[in-house]
Amino acid sequence: MEALACIKRVPDTGAKIPLTDDQQSIDTTTLGFTVSPHEECAVEEAVQQVETHGGSTTALTLGPEEASEQLYTAIARGADEGVLLEAGDEEWRPTATARAIADAIEELERKFDLLLFGNESADTENYQVGPRVANELDVPCVTGIKDLEVTDGSAVAKREVTGGSEVYEVPLPAVVAVKEGINSPRYPSMRSRMRAKRQELTRMDPERVDGPTFERIRLEAPETDEGAAEVLGEGPEAAPAVVDVLEDIGVL
Amino acid sequence: MTMVLALVEHEEGRLAETSQQALTLARDLADQEDAPLAAVVFEDDDEQVGFELASYGVTELYRVEHDRLDRYAPDARAATVHQLVDEHDPEAVVAPGSDRGHDVLGRAAARLGVPMAANCVEVTAGDGYEVTRHRWGGSLLEHARIDGSPALLSVAQHEVAAEEAEDGGSLTEHSFTPTLADSDLLVGIDRIEESDEEGVPLEEARVVVGGGRGVGGPEDYDKLEELADLLGGTVGASRAAVNEGWRPHDDQVGLTGAKISPDVYIACGISGAVQHMVGCKGAKNILAINTDPEAAIMENGEYAVVGDLHEVVPAITEAIREG
Ligand SMILES: Cc1cc2nc3c(=O)[nH]c(=O)nc-3n(C[C@H](O)[C@H](O)[C@H](O)COP(=O)(O)OP(=O)(O)OC[C@H]3O[C@@H](n4cnc5c(N)ncnc54)[C@H](O)[C@@H]3O)c2cc1C
Ligand SMILES: Nc1ncnc2c1ncn2[C@@H]1O[C@H](COP(=O)(O)O)[C@@H](O)[C@H]1O
Repeated sequence: MEALACIKRVPDTGAKIPLTDDQQSIDTTTLGFTVSPHEECAVEEAVQQVETHGGSTTALTLGPEEASEQLYTAIARGADEGVLLEAGDEEWRPTATARAIADAIEELERKFDLLLFGNESADTENYQVGPRVANELDVPCVTGIKDLEVTDGSAVAKREVTGGSEVYEVPLPAVVAVKEGINSPRYPSMRSRMRAKRQELTRMDPERVDGPTFERIRLEAPETDEGAAEVLGEGPEAAPAVVDVLEDIGVL
Repeated sequence: MTMVLALVEHEEGRLAETSQQALTLARDLADQEDAPLAAVVFEDDDEQVGFELASYGVTELYRVEHDRLDRYAPDARAATVHQLVDEHDPEAVVAPGSDRGHDVLGRAAARLGVPMAANCVEVTAGDGYEVTRHRWGGSLLEHARIDGSPALLSVAQHEVAAEEAEDGGSLTEHSFTPTLADSDLLVGIDRIEESDEEGVPLEEARVVVGGGRGVGGPEDYDKLEELADLLGGTVGASRAAVNEGWRPHDDQVGLTGAKISPDVYIACGISGAVQHMVGCKGAKNILAINTDPEAAIMENGEYAVVGDLHEVVPAITEAIREG
C-alpha cells in the first residue's frame, strides 16, 4: 500500500489574527506555523493504514522552503518520505495547487493507492483541492470522511451526518478527504523529530497554471461586537451571582 | 443575462434552512444581474418544493430525473450541474455551504475548470463578481474578485438571513435528465448507519459546559458533567483537552469540531483561541470561568468569573441545588 498525505503550512494563530499593513496577508512575524488538524489526521491515517497493510507513506506539500518544517513533522509522526513542491512565498490558488499536486503525483514513481487530503485547509478553506486532484487524475473521491477501512483494492469510507453516517465504498486508488476525529494523531517524540530532520526531502519545481481569475483584493479582521465581559465575581463566592444570571437567561 | 442557478437541498421534504439562506443570496445576485433565478433539485420531493422555491423568488425549477439516481452520488450531481451549465450558460452557480453543497460544487468546479469561492457572505456583480468570503471559520474575511463563466459560489452557513421574495409566485417546472457515465455513479451512498449515541447532540444543546486545558485531567470533567446535567445540558471541550485524550473528539467545539448555539455556553479553563471561538459564536451568552483575568475569552464573553474552575464549578452546582 502506497499512501500519500497532502498538507499545507499555515500560521498557528491564537486569540487574534494580525494582518500586514497592506491587508494582503497574515502578519506572521510573531507566529509559529502548523497544518490543519484535518491534515494531521490525514498523515496519521496514512501511517496507520501502512502499518496495517505494509508499504510506505509520503507526505507532500506545496509551499515555501520553510514548509519543509511541516514535512519533517509529518516524518516524525511516521511518514517515510517528504516531497516539497517549491512554490515560493505567494499564495497559490486551489486550481493551480491541485494541478501542481496532480502533476507531481504523476511524476513521482510511486503508484499511490490512497491519496489523503484534509477536507478543507485551515487558512483559506477552499474545500476543493482534493476533488480537483481527483478530477485531474480521474480517480474517485470521497469527502468529509471520519472512518476509513481498506480491504484489498477498495476502501469503505464513512461520512458523518445527523444521527449516523453515510457509508461509501470506492475502488482504489482514490482521493479521501478526511476530517479531524477520524483518528488520534500521535505526538512525535523529541528523538523522532531529531531523526526526521536528517532525512533528505524530494524537491520539485511545480509549474503554476492559473486559469480564470480568482483574485484576492484584501483581507479584513471582522469587528468583534462586544467589549469585556461583566465580571460576576472571584472564586466560589461568585456562585450566587452566576445562579442569578442563569435564571435571567432562562436556563434555570 | 441568462440566469443564476442555485443548488438546493431538502430535509424531510422541506427546503433546508441553509438552502433558504443560499437562495436569498442567489436571488440578490439575480436581482443585481436582472436575471431569472433558477434552481435544481435532485431528490424526489413532493409538490410542495415548487411552492417553497417560488416563495424565494425561483422562477425556473429543474427537477432532475434519472433512473440511476436513486441515492446521493456527488459526481452524478456535478455532471448534472455541468450539463445544465452547458445548456443554459448561467452567470453563477450558487450552493449552500453545507457538506453536500461543498462536495458537489467542488467537483463541478473541477469539471468546468472554473474557480469556486467557498463560504461567501456577500456578492456584488460588476466586472466579474466581488465576493466577501470566510477564512479561518469567519475569524478572517477575504475580499476577492472571481471571474469565470460561470462563477461558482457557496454561501456560508447561518450568515445570510433567509428572506422570502417580495414578489415570489409563479414558477415553471422543467424535468431534466442528465447523461450519466458509469464513472459518475462510482461514488454513492451504499448504506446509512445509524449512530447509537444517546443524549442531546452538542449542536442542539441549550446549555453547554465546555472544559479546556484548565480542567487538568479527564477525572475533573465529572464536575462539569454534574453541572451540565443539572442544567439539562451537555459537556463540550477544547481541542487542547481532546488532544490530551481527556475527551473524545465528538465533544470538541470549534473550527474543526462542533458549531454550537446554546442559550448559554459556560467555558471553563478555556483561553479563547479564535479557532475555538468560531465554534461557539452562535451562543447567546458566554460565561467564562478562568484563573486569568486577561484571557481572551473574557473579552469575547458576556459574563466571567475569575477563579479556579475546580472550586467555582462545584460551588455553582451547590448553589443551584440549594436554590
Ligand atoms: C487550524 C486549527 C484549528 C483548530 N481547531 C480548534 C477547534 O476546533 N477547537 C478548539 O478548541 N481549538 C482548536 N484549535 C486550537 C486552538 O488554537 C487552541 O490551541 C485551543 O483552543 C486551546 O485550548 P484551551 O483553551 O483549552 O487551552 P489553553 O489555551 O492552554 O488555555 C487554558 C486556559 O485555562 C485557564 N486555566 C488554567 N487552569 C485553570 C483553572 N484551574 N481554572 C480555571 N482556568 C484555568 C488558563 O488561564 C487558560 O486561559 C485549532 C488550531 C488550529 C491551528
Ligand atoms: N499548498 C498545499 N500543499 C499541499 N496540500 C494542500 C495545499 N493546499 C491544500 N492542500 C490539501 O487540500 C486540502 C483542501 O484544501 P482547500 O481546498 O484549500 O480547502 C487540504 O486540507 C490539504 O490536504
